[in-house]
Amino acid sequence: MIDLLVCYDVKTETEAGRRRLRRVAKICVAHGQRVQNSVFEVGVTDVQLLQLREKLLNAMDVTEDSIRIYRLRQPREKFVEAHGVDKYMDFSEPLIL
Amino acid sequence: MRQLLNTLYIQTQGTYLSLKDENIRVEAEERPPVMIPLHHVESLVVFGNVMMTPFLIHRLARDHKSVTWLTEQGRFMARTETPVSGNVLLRVAQHGCACDAERTLAVSRFFAAGKLQNQKQTLMRSAREALNDDPNLLRQAARDINGQIGCLPLAKTVDEVRGIEGTAARIYWEVFPLMLRQNRDFFWLTERTRRPARDPINSLLNFVYTVLANDCASACQSVGLDPQMGFLHALRPGRSSLALDLMEELRPVTADRAILTLINRQQLTPRDFVLHEGNTVTIKDDARKLILAHLTERKKEEVTHPLTGRKTPLGLVPHVQARLLAQHLRGDRAHYPPYLHR
Repeated sequence: MIDLLVCYDVKTETEAGRRRLRRVAKICVAHGQRVQNSVFEVGVTDVQLLQLREKLLNAMDVTEDSIRIYRLRQPREKFVEAHGVDKYMDFSEPLIL
Repeated sequence: MRQLLNTLYIQTQGTYLSLKDENIRVEAEERPPVMIPLHHVESLVVFGNVMMTPFLIHRLARDHKSVTWLTEQGRFMARTETPVSGNVLLRVAQHGCACDAERTLAVSRFFAAGKLQNQKQTLMRSAREALNDDPNLLRQAARDINGQIGCLPLAKTVDEVRGIEGTAARIYWEVFPLMLRQNRDFFWLTERTRRPARDPINSLLNFVYTVLANDCASACQSVGLDPQMGFLHALRPGRSSLALDLMEELRPVTADRAILTLINRQQLTPRDFVLHEGNTVTIKDDARKLILAHLTERKKEEVTHPLTGRKTPLGLVPHVQARLLAQHLRGDRAHYPPYLHR
């Protein structure tokens, strides 16, 4: 699994922009978890990373929006600091709810 | 090779599960909903009163992710079967082998040999850490089991194999409590009782074995074997005999060892149990959670598989074994090689 940080800025002045925002957000939700409003932490395999990138590129407007994908260095707990509200859940830990 | 993904366990009563944007949405009272992306989950195990939308069940079935329904106490109720269940030719080979007394006997011997060897290994390992006079008793039991292993090649019928396994089991359970180093007066074991459990150890064993049996049944299915068509275990309607066969060699090193570890580290104490009138025992919710967490962690531990020589997460060993069995049934491998733990 590769850990990613995906963030986006989508121009929402027009109705089309708001539609793009919803689509981009949906794609991110499908692959990872929302840690801030437009910031996602994503755990994927290489194949899933290709799929995610493809979907995002199709959903965005390259002249108006910006999407950034960062690779997080592992182990995550050593390289990611979170302060304040933190809803992150580690999906490789035992999942018992 | 398959990747070991997580099993999602839902224990909280009244939880509502649904499918939302490729995620499993978990709603329980007084908590914000939790979203878990489907690609992190390999299977779903739910306890008691947990609701699930049909669409989530469909989606899990489509992705070949199994759903297992257990009672709140962890007793097996049902499992989903996904539409594609493997290779007809493999199943024909499996049935052919099960109808052939000679081959059934041979496979059964290996299952039993694996179990006995791993029981012995568990005893020896505990003997190194045991107190007072116990190491000698444990070593003696290990030697006795070793003697039973020697009897296996002489068995002429599957019934005789079962007899030898039974003798070894008696030796093993007799000294099992000696492997405990904490709260001995509370954790006792007179005999294996399944339903209901009569003592704390039995209640733990029943719970952990249910979880392990599910893993083994999934392993059979993912390889395309019929989990009901067993060899060592007699065929009985509704019983996953093959899953139980596959589980035999894994019981001592995964399930039994997990219980011993948790008790010896005092993570499980008398406070984690409820003793009912009429001599039945149940495990408290939090303790069950702790056991599941421990088992999940353990699944990630890597062991070197004695046959393939590859580092394999313990959780994938059932899959490796199911694959080896399939190879044997198809005739690509002369014997079924059981998993021998180091």
